[in-house]
Amino acid sequence: MRLNLRIWRQPGPASAGRLVDYVAGGVSPDMSFLEMLDVVNEGLVRKGEDAIAFDSDCREGICGTCSLVVNGIAHGPDRGTTVCQLHMRRFKDGDTITVEPWRARAFPVVKDLVVDRSALDRIIAAGGYVSVNVGGAPDGNTIPIPKAVVEAAMDSAACIGCGACVAACKNASAHLFMSAKIAHLALLPQGQQERRNRVTAMIAQADEEGFGSCSNEGECEAVCPKEIPISNIARMTREYIKASLAGVK
Amino acid sequence: MTLDAKVPAGPIAQKWDRHKFEMKLVNPANKRKFTIIVAGTGLAGASAAASLGELGYNVLNFCIQDSPRRAHSIAAQGGINAAKNYQNDGDSVYRLFYDTVKGGDYRSREANVYRLAQLSVNIIDHCVAQGVPFAREYGGLLDNRSFGGAQVSRTFYARGQTGQQLLLGAYQSLMRQVRRKTVRLFARREMLDLVVVDGKARGIVCRNLMTGALERYAADAVVLATGGYGTVYYLSTNAVNSNVTAAWRAHKRGALFANPSFTQIHPTCIPVSGEHQSKLTLMSESLRNDGRVWVPKKKGDKRPPEQIPEDERDYYLERKYPSFGNLVPRDVASRNAKQATDEGRGVGESGLAVYLDFKDAIQRLGPEVIKQKYGNLFHMYQKITDENPYKVPMRIYPAIHYTMGGLWVDYNLMSNLPGLHVLGEANFSDHGANRLGASALMQGLADGYFIIPYTIGDYLAGTPLPKVTIDHDAFKEAADNSQRQINRLLSVKGNRGIREIHRELGRIMWDDVGMARTETSLRRALEAIPKLRDEFWHTVSVPGTNDNLNQSLEYAGRVADYLEFAELLALDALHRRESCGGHFREESQTPDGEALRDDDHFMYVAAWEFTGVGRQPELHKEALHFEEVHPTQRSYK
Repeated sequence: MRLNLRIWRQPGPASAGRLVDYVAGGVSPDMSFLEMLDVVNEGLVRKGEDAIAFDSDCREGICGTCSLVVNGIAHGPDRGTTVCQLHMRRFKDGDTITVEPWRARAFPVVKDLVVDRSALDRIIAAGGYVSVNVGGAPDGNTIPIPKAVVEAAMDSAACIGCGACVAACKNASAHLFMSAKIAHLALLPQGQQERRNRVTAMIAQADEEGFGSCSNEGECEAVCPKEIPISNIARMTREYIKASLAGVK
Repeated sequence: MTLDAKVPAGPIAQKWDRHKFEMKLVNPANKRKFTIIVAGTGLAGASAAASLGELGYNVLNFCIQDSPRRAHSIAAQGGINAAKNYQNDGDSVYRLFYDTVKGGDYRSREANVYRLAQLSVNIIDHCVAQGVPFAREYGGLLDNRSFGGAQVSRTFYARGQTGQQLLLGAYQSLMRQVRRKTVRLFARREMLDLVVVDGKARGIVCRNLMTGALERYAADAVVLATGGYGTVYYLSTNAVNSNVTAAWRAHKRGALFANPSFTQIHPTCIPVSGEHQSKLTLMSESLRNDGRVWVPKKKGDKRPPEQIPEDERDYYLERKYPSFGNLVPRDVASRNAKQATDEGRGVGESGLAVYLDFKDAIQRLGPEVIKQKYGNLFHMYQKITDENPYKVPMRIYPAIHYTMGGLWVDYNLMSNLPGLHVLGEANFSDHGANRLGASALMQGLADGYFIIPYTIGDYLAGTPLPKVTIDHDAFKEAADNSQRQINRLLSVKGNRGIREIHRELGRIMWDDVGMARTETSLRRALEAIPKLRDEFWHTVSVPGTNDNLNQSLEYAGRVADYLEFAELLALDALHRRESCGGHFREESQTPDGEALRDDDHFMYVAAWEFTGVGRQPELHKEALHFEEVHPTQRSYK
């Protein structure tokens, strides 16, 4: 296959960016999207030109590093898929494909398609954990948890923290990301002690980072590679209201 | 140099308890006065940084990724072992210890392995307390499964995402310490050198990957948890950024590298589809619990699998190993797949694959149960291959997955360089010549949560550590050294791609230093590697500059280190003229083709000392003593 690519190039955080046209030839349908970009980059490198910067690591859909908007959709056209698991058989010979970075005020561009997502780490640091030190834990089976409850918690815990939800949201809201962690811990007995402070602190941190609010459009759910449902946000809102009524600031 | 493993005296079951009591403690008020560098944020690094932060040390934690949560531990699927015996099926600390020593083909250190088995139970308790959503039985208690070669059910899991959930547990604990300011986090930093002052590890030099600046950090001790070196084979199941650089540069500063030839090949990966392939995808070997491995009996049988009748199929693992069947250890399963394809009985277009068939399990249990157990793996397989494994058998082939070798450490997880501690996959100690399934997560977390917090205290309390600042000459020298390498890479301005050279290195390693090694193949590799290294330094093209994010430059640095390291790996494989675990020398096999150890000559850890690039490294031996588990020829018949 031969494809026309329009790729966002931006030399650094402070410089202006623009879409640059490239042609990718000899693309096999078995290639992943990132392998297609590897081939384009190999060509650039051989010519001594600056390679297109993009983030990726595990290339099996679990680390959450890859982060491309393909034809306007975060992670591209396949549902429940990170862009590293998107394959070129999804495209046709002669297609034009536009590739852009995650766009959000809280995710400044580092270079080309690479953005800084450390704001998500700071949201977790604000309270996305159970405060236990190593050493004092009781035997694992002293905390029985119904299977259905742990399965529901696992559904939320499956979030890979890629930030596609933010990129897809017109408000650049991190609500789906945040609510997945809040729901995971609110469902489990281990998370009860800090339940109210957690939700309040994490939401305050998200506001401080410049993420927007939720207006219930559901774009986040549609692009989430782990298909984490928007009902997590409803749960987070309930948790937040309960915490507010309890007077947690 | 004599290698002292510093194994405590006493009966094996009491060594660690006794040692914990004998080790010196750092006064709580003094802990914050000690600075500890932790490089890496995988299971070992994140758990170490979090635990040391909890104790009150001043921790500086580095990772190459944009967030600590992305370390490659996240990709581990199957589970984590622990000797809880919750299933009442005869497990015990001693049995886990025994299985690990045997599985490692008697090339690990008994005392370390025993401690690992002891601590396994504490890991589960701590992770449950953190809120890790381990799978549960209907009664609410923790569920277990039997995993890759174990005859008891001791593996705890969280769907097919156990590594992810354990790493997120450690990451969350780490971020809690970041918030409490006991840990300072430095993401997108690559460690380029270890700084040694007066014979002790006192700091690191790293490159800020966003700005290109070389940064210097001083500390009282350094902990490396930078993972394994599987990507020396180019194609592996490791993440594309995994690399040997931090460990290799520490080696060049004097840390011994132990057993580099001990690499593990995982039997259940998705086969290679073409030249463009950037990595291989592993599917959890828990699949072997319900999938049956087979190839056609006839050579070159190109019929689609459903047209091959039962009596023309060879379920070779069940045939050759009736008691373990499809659950034989990884090295045995991998070598048998290679043997089947070498015989011309491989399947798929390339002929480099065997079938893993779920038809019987689906008939027995129904597709819903299979979906619940392996849904995400089936989904992943279908995404990559465009085939539906509920309908047609999966095609699998072995791939490099884990590296048992690593920097040499003593019982305290300290290398021969005082102050340099090495954890997780980056060290060599616990898995011998072959790691059992679901034991990598266990080791990373045991090292980070439960061992280093004690042993590093003993080092700090018992060692005079005069204050060192980053203005010290050793820091300047290390920074200059890193800068020179960067300048050199940028100035070659050749016309060959970095990936192209890495791919070529990978091919040499896979063909000649891969699943089966011979004297001839290893000598061939040892000729080819220095040639390729030379070619790299004359023809590589590294575009861009050093003053911003430059992924080509990062990659070139890692490949440059691999081109040095690969030689050591091949050399170690050549010197070890025996087969053991994942290291299979064709010259050394039993009449029925099993790995044949040579305990009289090779019952030792080979720890190599760097003497210069392209120069013969010096071999130091740590003799291994087996007082508890008597070495036998492994047999899974």
